[in-house]
Amino acid sequence: MKYLYYPGCSARSTGKPYEESMLSVAEVLEIPIEELEDWNCCGATTYMAINELKAFALCARNFALAERQVEAEEEINLVAPCAACYLGLNKAQHYLGEFPEIRAKICEGLHAAGLESTGRVRVRHPLDVLVNDIGLEKIASAVTKPLEGFRVACYYGCQIIRPYAEFDDQHRPTTMDRLMESLGAEVIDWPIKTRCCGGSLTGTVQECGLRLSAMLLNEAKNRGCNVIATACPLCQFNLECYQSQMKRQFGYEFKMPVAFFTQLIGVAFGIPKRKLGLQRLFLPLPDVSKVAVCPLPSPSETKASVGGSNVPS
Amino acid sequence: MSQVETGSNGTPKVGVYVCHCGINISQKVEISETVEFAKKLPYVTVVREYKFMCSDPGQELIQQDIREGLVDRVVVASCSPLMHEHTFRGAMAAGGGNPFLFQMANIREHVSWVTVDKKAATKKAKALIAAAVERIALHQPLERVQVPVHPDVLVVGGGIAGIHAALTLADSGKKVYLVEREPTIGGHMAKLDKTFPTLDCSACILTPKMSAVGAHPNITLWTYSEVTKVDGYVGNFKVTVKRKPRYVDEEKCVGCLECIEACIFKEGKFRSEFDEGLSKRKPVYIPFPQATPLVAVIDPETCIEFKTGKCKKSCAEVCAPEAIDFEQTEKIKEIEVGAIVLATGFKTFDAARVSRYGYGKYPNVYTSLEVERLVNAAGPTGGEVLLDNGKKPKTVGIVHCVGSRDENTNPYCSRVCCMYSLKLAHLLQERTGAEIYDFYIDMRTPGKGYEEFYERVSQEKVHFIRGRVGEITDWAMEPEEVGKLVMRAEDTLMGAVRRVPVDMVVLAVGLEPQDDAEEVRRIFNIGCSHDGWFLERHPKLAPVSTFTDGVFLAGACQGPKDIPDSVAQAGAAASEAMAIIDRGYVELEPNTAFIIEDLCSGCKTCVAICPFSATSFDEEKKVVVVNGALCKGCGTCVAACPSGALQQNLFTDEQIFHEIKGVVSYV
Repeated sequence: MKYLYYPGCSARSTGKPYEESMLSVAEVLEIPIEELEDWNCCGATTYMAINELKAFALCARNFALAERQVEAEEEINLVAPCAACYLGLNKAQHYLGEFPEIRAKICEGLHAAGLESTGRVRVRHPLDVLVNDIGLEKIASAVTKPLEGFRVACYYGCQIIRPYAEFDDQHRPTTMDRLMESLGAEVIDWPIKTRCCGGSLTGTVQECGLRLSAMLLNEAKNRGCNVIATACPLCQFNLECYQSQMKRQFGYEFKMPVAFFTQLIGVAFGIPKRKLGLQRLFLPLPDVSKVAVCPLPSPSETKASVGGSNVPS
Repeated sequence: MSQVETGSNGTPKVGVYVCHCGINISQKVEISETVEFAKKLPYVTVVREYKFMCSDPGQELIQQDIREGLVDRVVVASCSPLMHEHTFRGAMAAGGGNPFLFQMANIREHVSWVTVDKKAATKKAKALIAAAVERIALHQPLERVQVPVHPDVLVVGGGIAGIHAALTLADSGKKVYLVEREPTIGGHMAKLDKTFPTLDCSACILTPKMSAVGAHPNITLWTYSEVTKVDGYVGNFKVTVKRKPRYVDEEKCVGCLECIEACIFKEGKFRSEFDEGLSKRKPVYIPFPQATPLVAVIDPETCIEFKTGKCKKSCAEVCAPEAIDFEQTEKIKEIEVGAIVLATGFKTFDAARVSRYGYGKYPNVYTSLEVERLVNAAGPTGGEVLLDNGKKPKTVGIVHCVGSRDENTNPYCSRVCCMYSLKLAHLLQERTGAEIYDFYIDMRTPGKGYEEFYERVSQEKVHFIRGRVGEITDWAMEPEEVGKLVMRAEDTLMGAVRRVPVDMVVLAVGLEPQDDAEEVRRIFNIGCSHDGWFLERHPKLAPVSTFTDGVFLAGACQGPKDIPDSVAQAGAAASEAMAIIDRGYVELEPNTAFIIEDLCSGCKTCVAICPFSATSFDEEKKVVVVNGALCKGCGTCVAACPSGALQQNLFTDEQIFHEIKGVVSYV
């Protein structure tokens, strides 16, 4: 099986530690993965909202490049760690497959650039690849420092399983939960793991965006979580970077570290911190040697979340 | 192409009748142009058009032309032969012609309904008419054969529909075989507490009918049995039934329960199918006290004797009539019947598939069928509705349309859930005093007394919220939500998203086809609609018939249905079956295979492949013989014959070649 890596723009900026940790983990697991040459922007959510056809064209160019890079007639797994890239590329591939008229237009454009996309590319998320291709058994066998004392809330966000439930249940996914358990972490039951973090609303209608993030953090904290694992650069950014502002706005202090799930795998594999980009996190991972081991609060014991009427449901 | 055979009448005289079908055909097909075209076709002596050919005046046109000697062969260009071939063949016969000198050109389903462009439609209609004219010239007069009907009937499935059909047939004097897969008859209805809208006790109205089945001299009841094979055809089906070993002799067992008492398992340990897993049973059990037959069954999957061979078998020791028989084996029964009623029922939707409702995750989330058992006085809790903490719920939420009206699961409405939800709302409130929150999309209560029942329940402590529930979690945002199940939904009447904390949730699961519906469909050679329900011959005019003559449908196997509708349909299916039996004979279509002896090389290829054993080899003449009474006209032998010696009436090579010629030569 052939894996090509599609970084997308965030893995080279705010999401740098995602890339660093993913590639380090791939190295330990001996997953052959090379970067897609000359890749371009996926169109992100913004382009998709303004002109779908052009957004599909941007994605399709990446598919065509992948097909050029891997000549053999085999299925290509294009691994996109960023949730928005993953969704955008996936959507484009679905539309190209389902709507011949869109496919015809896009192919015409690609042809003008001397490119061709036959639909040989399958868009994959690293979470899917790690758990379903590599397997939890192999991952567990590479663990050298089990994540004891880590109480992880697995945050899937809204994009990697909706609307395309390619590898897990759309509403109650478990892939990351099982992965974290295989690393020795304790996974908390967190029923809101697919709720929106606010997305780009934190930058546009901040009042609204921050509330959404705050609800997630508060419920995670109430349930005894000491680190949130994410699979999306924007989720990671929203949940981690605005915590002081949430304190000013809602009066809640979370101090909740938010890491990429690949960083936590790296920690369990004993990969050096800098190779995982841990130094780039604003809030350090919990020092588990200092965590008092006490039973998790049961939901009936937990307090009600962020001041009810203050936060929309 | 060969010379047209004209028979003793000289040159064929073909009449072409073009139907407008109101505007169904005429709005797409240029009728006058088509008529002019048909006039120029070979052998055509009469061409007429009419608004509705299937009407009496339409049929009279054909009959009159035959009587006056203007035509002896007829082509009607109208709808599908499935719809009206029978009608027009009847008209031919009534006019004094042979009904098989008739051919239909389907210019409605194949042309006007599926073509946008008028010109293209007209062109295709002409081609199909030309094909029919070319072929009809080669038709030979044929006769139907009459075959006697076997007077017994098979009913498959022992739920309320099967029970009612079997009793109706048996009361009319027919001998009925009732085959049920489970150890007892009763089906889903036996599990229900009360029935809507009258709140009759389900068991009270069902069990008398169950015992009537058990005691009826005309009914042979085979429970724990399945139909594995059906051969033959209407009037003469040969059915193979597999009787699974229940390891208890039905003739000897008196239903005393001693064996169950004596079982080495002191308490029930295995999932009770009847109680939806809410109670445990032993390896030897009787599903419920009114089971029919009241005979124990031993489940080999859980019985120690079957697993280790080392049980002390106290069940057998205490059994006075010595009914327990560990050596019992599967028995194969072969029966002959004239008609079959299928009443195989439904299964309820698996609520775990809608993961956001937390079924299987939160203990106080139940399916409606589980709650039926909970509120039932004979159920696992004696009718007490208690939460996992042992307390009575103070608030209960009901979610409608779980697995119905949802493109992610089933697009159709399951028809019974609104009404049973109202019933459960009433019963839960009666038993626990709880306040009920009922989340619905549309309240569907079409039925006698149904709307009145809705009205009655809405006067009780039930809050109706119009909105589909988005999720059910234990995520508390307000102090009063702590420790509760929080139901989130958009209240579409209020125009706001609501969070409703409750103690218990009831998921109103929809109805789905049985898991093995596809296999059953194949065994009985009937069709399924796209969502998997068995397909009726016509949704309005033949709702209990199937496309296989002599096989009828009753109850929810044909689509979601409540008890009154299932019973009504069962009665209809029974009377359709009776109509066949009472007539005493069936007429077989003459589209059978025949052999041209001079061409037969005696290779016997056809003998091996005939599914009806209609072909045999004549050792003296060294040629194959076709038994016209057994041949069903499937055409398998005709296709397989390497020398073209086997031909089929109404489908000879010549007729088909001429039909093709007609399509390609004139337009």
